Amino acid sequence: MMSNLNLAARTETAALQARALPIVSAFLLGVFVVAAAGFVSIPAVHNAAHDQRHAIGFPCH
Amino acid sequence: MHLFRNIVFTAALVGLLAGLAMTAIQQFGTQPLIVKAEVVEQANAEKAAQPHDHAAAGQHDHAALTAQEEAAAAKADHHHDGDEWAPADGAERFVWTVIANVVAGIGFALLLVAASELKGGLTSWREGLMWGLAGFAVFTLAPSIGLPPEAPGVEGAALLDRQIWWVGTAVATATGLALIAFARSPLAALAAVALIAAPHVIGAPKPPAPPAIPHDLEHGFVVAVIVTGFLFWAILGALAGLVRPRFAGA
Repeated sequence: MMSNLNLAARTETAALQARALPIVSAFLLGVFVVAAAGFVSIPAVHNAAHDQRHAIGFPCH
Repeated sequence: MHLFRNIVFTAALVGLLAGLAMTAIQQFGTQPLIVKAEVVEQANAEKAAQPHDHAAAGQHDHAALTAQEEAAAAKADHHHDGDEWAPADGAERFVWTVIANVVAGIGFALLLVAASELKGGLTSWREGLMWGLAGFAVFTLAPSIGLPPEAPGVEGAALLDRQIWWVGTAVATATGLALIAFARSPLAALAAVALIAAPHVIGAPKPPAPPAIPHDLEHGFVVAVIVTGFLFWAILGALAGLVRPRFAGA
């Protein structure tokens, strides 16, 4: 019983570890995309995204 | 790589739809106020009337500028600076706003879908809606407490300081909410409450001057941004909950 529980716990941990890399990668991609939309201060990017930044409440100029 | 692909496809579809929905909501909420605030901002700039040097304004020498000149400088910075490209008013500006909304929608959807996969993935629109409400609290509500959304013409503290506080507040609030939702010990809950309160105890960077636009307009804009954000996150979360199970089976 105990070893079954341990096995189950270990399998779950292994499954989570296998899932961690793609999940973290997707999350970092999200950070990158949000930064591009809301935080990059290159003037052309700022001007293109200007109304969106105000309307979402990102800090803007 | 199936999981990565599924998250990205789900987020792309959900972000596209939520970004388009947000654009529609903005046309009734924030956009008329942005246009109105820019008219006031422009009038203030003209009232300042002194000849002003674009090159000097571009350097943001705040100490040497009056509030009105600063408004003029900000205006010059983002619409009338001949050196920098900016979309023309009308269709071009609208198209760029749609694109920016969709990009932001996809970015936020990636964060929401990836985070929810850590807990096994969304299984229903209702579960997605709950995650969406958390996104609203993290990315709209918490930062807006210390840094009320600014209409054009409302001058804030130094941009980098505000960006750091904004990001720090979002991270602290997200961590706090995750601890409350998923950790089981009272100590974790206590730490979570402290984390969520901390950025506001520290305090947001303060603006150097009172807003140069009427109070009604300034307040109306804050309300419009927060309500728009609420609807955006509710739509994004619920859609993610609807779409994700379809990709997960693939």
